[in-house]
Amino acid sequence: MTHSTPEQPTTDTPSSAPGGLVKSVVALDRVVIRLAGDSGDGMQLTGNRFTSETASFGNDLSTLPNFPAEIRAPTGTLPGVSSFQLHFADHDIMTPGDAPDVLVVMNPAALKANLADLPGGGLLIADSDEFTPRNLAKVGYAENPLTDGSLDGWQLVSVPLTSMTTDALADSGLGKKEAERSKNMFTLGLLSWMYHRPTEGTVRFLERQFRKKPEIAAANIAAFRAGFNYGETTEAFAVSYEIKPAPMPAGTYRNISGNQALAYGLVAAGQRSGLPVFLGAYPITPASDVLHEMSKHKSFGVRTFQAEDEIAGIGAALGASFGGALGVTTTSGPGVALKAETIGLAVMTELPLVIVDVQRGGPSTGLPTKTEQSDLLQALFGRNGEAPVPVVAPRSPADCFDAALEAARIALTYRTPVFLLSDGYLANGAEPWSVPGADTLPDLRVEFATEPNGPDGEFLPYLRDPETLARPWAVPGTKGLQHRIGGLEKADGTGNISYDPANHDFMTRTRQAKVDGIAASLPPTEVDDPDGDAKVAVIGWGSTYGPIGAACRRIRRSGRSIAQLHLRHINPLPADLGDILASYDRVVCPEMNLGQLSLLLRAKYLVDVQSHTQVRGLPFRAAELAAVLQDVIDGTSTVTPTTASEVTP
Amino acid sequence: MTTHPIDEHVHELGMPAFDQRIADAVARSVELGGEKQTALKAKDLKTDQEVRWCPGCGDYVILNAVQSFLPSLGIAREDMVIVSGIGCSSRFPYYMNTYGMHSIHGRAPAIATGLAASRPDLSVWVVTGDGDALSIGGNHLIHTLRRNVNLTILLFNNRIYGLTKGQYSPTSELGKVTKSTPMGSLDHPFNPVSLALGADATFVGRAMDSDRKGLTDVLRQAAEHQGTALVEIYQNCNIFNDGAFELLKDPLTGTQWSIPLVHGEKIVFGPDGASCVVADGWGGLRVAETNQVDEAQIVVHDAHREDPAYAFALSRLSHQDLRYTPMGVFRSVAKPTYDAMMTDQLEDARSGQPADLDRLLHGSDTWTVEA
Repeated sequence: MTHSTPEQPTTDTPSSAPGGLVKSVVALDRVVIRLAGDSGDGMQLTGNRFTSETASFGNDLSTLPNFPAEIRAPTGTLPGVSSFQLHFADHDIMTPGDAPDVLVVMNPAALKANLADLPGGGLLIADSDEFTPRNLAKVGYAENPLTDGSLDGWQLVSVPLTSMTTDALADSGLGKKEAERSKNMFTLGLLSWMYHRPTEGTVRFLERQFRKKPEIAAANIAAFRAGFNYGETTEAFAVSYEIKPAPMPAGTYRNISGNQALAYGLVAAGQRSGLPVFLGAYPITPASDVLHEMSKHKSFGVRTFQAEDEIAGIGAALGASFGGALGVTTTSGPGVALKAETIGLAVMTELPLVIVDVQRGGPSTGLPTKTEQSDLLQALFGRNGEAPVPVVAPRSPADCFDAALEAARIALTYRTPVFLLSDGYLANGAEPWSVPGADTLPDLRVEFATEPNGPDGEFLPYLRDPETLARPWAVPGTKGLQHRIGGLEKADGTGNISYDPANHDFMTRTRQAKVDGIAASLPPTEVDDPDGDAKVAVIGWGSTYGPIGAACRRIRRSGRSIAQLHLRHINPLPADLGDILASYDRVVCPEMNLGQLSLLLRAKYLVDVQSHTQVRGLPFRAAELAAVLQDVIDGTSTVTPTTASEVTP
Repeated sequence: MTTHPIDEHVHELGMPAFDQRIADAVARSVELGGEKQTALKAKDLKTDQEVRWCPGCGDYVILNAVQSFLPSLGIAREDMVIVSGIGCSSRFPYYMNTYGMHSIHGRAPAIATGLAASRPDLSVWVVTGDGDALSIGGNHLIHTLRRNVNLTILLFNNRIYGLTKGQYSPTSELGKVTKSTPMGSLDHPFNPVSLALGADATFVGRAMDSDRKGLTDVLRQAAEHQGTALVEIYQNCNIFNDGAFELLKDPLTGTQWSIPLVHGEKIVFGPDGASCVVADGWGGLRVAETNQVDEAQIVVHDAHREDPAYAFALSRLSHQDLRYTPMGVFRSVAKPTYDAMMTDQLEDARSGQPADLDRLLHGSDTWTVEA
């Protein structure tokens, strides 16, 4: 469970280190570490390595990378600060943690940008070498905070990380500038010692990463080891910490990020359907990593096409679907806006297509590297005409794998475009994943049409399967099934152009009925109410699952009951949802938008859903969410929308 | 690589083995419906749909020419796909008994790219117009051309927006008076051939709707070309821009102002071959009077020249009033196609690392939790 203050040590075991130093080992059940530095300091890499070490050690974990949209903002400035937060524990956790217990800052800008998040008494490790008058002045520090006493409320450890790194690499043959670049590995070594992380993986990683530059590999490994040894021998750190592996269900695990899991899900969908996957995409943050990952898997018959624009990306994917491929396009919100017309064409032509929207802050260019859930209504309604499109949303980084398979299942079974709504938090966040066996994954095989289906031996491309309402998928090359499809309204059955009023009414309702009918294939909604007597339900969708779940645990620990519902399918909504919502006195819906799902639920079920919203570009904090839910349960407050006058910048 | 029956289908169709289910469906349809028929007649390509262009439209002539010519390629009709955008010309697929998609405005080249790149066994055609291809779809057109995807683009140029009832188009001449430009258009027009050559198109041709022989000749070369072929077809819109190409169609002025291009032959034109094309001394070309120049100075047309600058110079001979318009194949050069290279990459990847989903999902760093 997450706490906003550090855990109390539970054991205190002295151990001896080389040099006769007596060091103690403290056992903790969880830690939240945040690494912050300049964009060029390699904080994301350091965080990812620490995460991999932690995953292979067997802790449960959750990560929150947070970086600027600028590739390299001016060095040492606030806009250039990049950070990586990792929460790891000896038990099942749901979020990257509300606040860090340990903050590592590589320069004054990183301190200034992150100190407010570090609770009083928290451990603060700073690279004292970088606190130069020039760097301090860049961010407006008149005095050096490491020495002026202003940080007395925290456990400050000033360490000359940069100079110790260059000292350690004095004989490496590298110049000073180049040697300095390894300071992130020195820091990683120090942290690896502090938290008893295994180190072999990082050594292997560095050897692999710099295969072609062995001297750089050697320098980084040397810096990493020097950091580890420094921790062991210095008097600055008298304590190291042990966080035991988390008990998890039996299985083989790996660490995985959302974008990687999503890409694997798409590759798996191709394998399980027996169809080639065609990904048409245009680079856009934070979705590009899916394109990068997919492009590595050509051996699985995955074709990746980096198009000239978003429209060509989806157009090519739809063209490939016409040819019998599983067409996929990946993008973020602004790209969805551009693809809208082609999505309408896919609705009209009734071809399978998966549209991945890794949501980011909007509107317009918005916050490219930050997370938000504000594309829900765009996915549902952002097209001309009545153009229903199913919407599926993953709830955690690893869940992106299953959600991608589910999106492909719906697309292939019902011959329809499907939205897969991930977001920046899921995309870049990581967690342990119990790797499924390939043969346990859903069977997604579909049959192509191979012979005429009409009463007179003709082919009727819009003659539907009575159960799914899907039309036959006849791919070019199939003899005798030549047909023409397109964006103009289709006559029922023949698919010829039809302007007949009754036909248009019928086809519009049929396309809607086809999407509505997907609900029949969905499992009953899971209601998580361990006490069984909750009067208040909280409902969410997508990446808020972790924070909402963590908030619910807090509520239950305080002796209150609450039911948690989390939607994977937002279109169609599960058939039992209306009855479930109506059975609670109050329903709260937290979202990282201004209330899009609650608008939908209120309209559809006439339930007085209370919306709680936040669009800070960051996931909800569990403690804050728990406070909101507690107030609703206690009846001390109903959630009301924030008004502009209440917003403090 | 082990071969099983399905793999054979794939092999016969020239498709990579990943596409076995597609190949299997195709093979099954042949089992059920008999062998693919490649000996077609024009009527085999007609559909039951009533052709709904305006009476007298140049599109009828092009449709007839295409239906008459396609059977000579020896391709089964189920192996042909016609993708179009929006506009009068884009109704084309409905009248062809092949596979087809009448898509959305300007996007046909993008859609056809996805289809052609993933199905190298098909003969993919794009039918588009000057508004569709050069205005809203200009970006897709140039990128398709530079990629050299194996498809043939027929660009019907009538120098007007017909379906929206008569606004000027990106090929309308400067000063064109239309419904949206009552005082004359201010846009300088595109020369579609110049544009395509600027995008390094490997095949560019131009033909006249009413010239059955010339059109068929260019179409044949375009269809046989491996890579993206662009054919600009001058097409008369008798409702909104009637007579737009009369200067070139009229037997008298046509001879004077059109420049027939024949690979390997001197570029001589006009009544009694009075005019010819020579180098202008600045890297370009100019029209000269044949009797005023040395015969050795007359340019011999070389459509296979690697450098597109020559074909571009040819395209610049014409004026926006259509005087000195070269007709025929400007450029036809061999370059690897996008789809073939993509297929090669897939096959290379598979031979290097056989597809193993379990191995992919596990990755290199796993740990096991015992029960």
